[in-house]
Amino acid sequence: MNLILNGRYNVTVAIALIVIILPFLLSSTFHLRMATMVIIFSVVVIGLNLLMGYAGQVSLGHAGFLALGAYAAAFGPAHLGLNPWISMALGILATSAIAYLIGKPILKLKGYHLAMATLAFGIVVALVLNNELNWTGGPDGMGVKRANLAILGLTHVQSWYAISSAVLVLAILLVQNLLNSSTGRALRSIHDSEVASNVLGIDVTRQKLVAFVLSAALAAAAGSCLAQLDGHVTPATGSILKSIELLTMAVIGGLGSLVGSIVGAAFLVLMPQFLTAFHEYEHAMLGVMLIFTMIVMRNGIVPSLTTLLRRKVQ
Amino acid sequence: MTRMQVKDVSIQFGGLTALENVSLSVGEGEVLALIGPNGAGKTTLFNVISGIYKPTKGKVELDGKDVSTKQPFQLARLGLTRTFQNLQIFTRMTAVENVMVGRNQHERGTLLEELLGLPRPRRETQRSREEAEKLIEFVGLTGVGDRVAGELPYGVLKRLEIARSLATKPRILLLDEPAAGCNATETSAIDQVIRKVASTGVSVVLVEHDIHLVMSVADKIHVLDRGRTLAEGTPREVRENPAVIEAYLGKSAEPQRVQHAVG
Repeated sequence: MNLILNGRYNVTVAIALIVIILPFLLSSTFHLRMATMVIIFSVVVIGLNLLMGYAGQVSLGHAGFLALGAYAAAFGPAHLGLNPWISMALGILATSAIAYLIGKPILKLKGYHLAMATLAFGIVVALVLNNELNWTGGPDGMGVKRANLAILGLTHVQSWYAISSAVLVLAILLVQNLLNSSTGRALRSIHDSEVASNVLGIDVTRQKLVAFVLSAALAAAAGSCLAQLDGHVTPATGSILKSIELLTMAVIGGLGSLVGSIVGAAFLVLMPQFLTAFHEYEHAMLGVMLIFTMIVMRNGIVPSLTTLLRRKVQ
Repeated sequence: MTRMQVKDVSIQFGGLTALENVSLSVGEGEVLALIGPNGAGKTTLFNVISGIYKPTKGKVELDGKDVSTKQPFQLARLGLTRTFQNLQIFTRMTAVENVMVGRNQHERGTLLEELLGLPRPRRETQRSREEAEKLIEFVGLTGVGDRVAGELPYGVLKRLEIARSLATKPRILLLDEPAAGCNATETSAIDQVIRKVASTGVSVVLVEHDIHLVMSVADKIHVLDRGRTLAEGTPREVRENPAVIEAYLGKSAEPQRVQHAVG
């Protein structure tokens, strides 16, 4: 009770309540599937937000990590005969290790150079997924050996709604704890002035690496949930376009806001569904809405609304 | 006892020699002021000492050990930190959070403990907050702790940077123009802070254009001109040094007026 009152876990508790209540309000499997998609992308964007919104480091290839997690879920059972659960766990570990190895050299770069390096990583992942036909199925992708919680009486979609929700709540909890700690303050300080962080005793490269690996691990976890939900993986998951979409989610929801990450993910996952009425103008409409949102709320939806609300109250 | 020593340091950028054979030393609890005209190499020397630039020649020693190849964060962990001429404030963090960042190396707890929100990192955060509030009070900024730093005025931020650097618990503190842009009240507060810090045994190296502040707090003055040492000594010796008078005011200046201008 004390923990709730002192505010530290307010956001986590609120999100937990929402994901518990939501299934009772959604009538169809289709709606539950859409909700699961929102939750899965929220996990990725929370990780990306930790890296971009808090530590101030751009990643233009984050879909690469999402795809590594997704393909690991498919790859393990298909090529190595692994249990699906074990191969998902290994996928997250392997993706974190890859992020560490890539991050170590490239996080010394700054600004545009870092953006280019992460973009290159994303392109390499996309190329491998498209071209290694024997291993990845090429442009057609590959099927995923299903795993779910049928043992608890849940359908496949219900299972992955439940698991993704648990991952989301855990992600928020961990990231929020981190932000309230020494490492969190170090990351935020790096965003504002690397040189000042450095002379104050912070190993800037190491701290960036921590944020990079954590955000990759979250993307991989989300990727394996996505693979299971869809039952199929394709290279589109790791495309540059997907990376840009993730970036857009983070920016439109609000950099430096965890709730914003969820709102941004919901916006980009759900809006195309509402816009199907416009048929071939769907994408144009989405573009217009994004531009409009950025003009009216340039800090992102959640931070802008919070500021507005605070001003109203005062 | 000599705590930090610069030995024959030279640094070149392309063909330009920014520093040439500069040597200086500072002892425990001593305040050394670095003065000289614009472009004399004062900030460059600070960048060499704090590990941001590597010297082309010569070395920097801390407690007798060569630290020329160390990175700034490693030097900070050895007890050497600095402030900046053009503020490097964490503008999106509150004042107290800015100072808490300075305690980073003293905060215990593994990444896993932090992620799980276990008691140790929480206690460390709490302790850092308390220490940071004390330091904010120490530099005379009581009450600004919870304000976002980006919204605070320049004179306040100058002192906030000093508080932040003190949070690292330095043994050598480099202050780059701490009183620049400050009014008389703020300058006198900074004067007090420098004296108090030095009285606890911290060695202070100071770049400053406010000659009154320099004469007031410095035990020793080192004068740089075009990358070279022009003079060094006590404030009195430097004030009376003909080379210094010439560099500052030109050859024909009358001694009377010079006394007035420099002292």
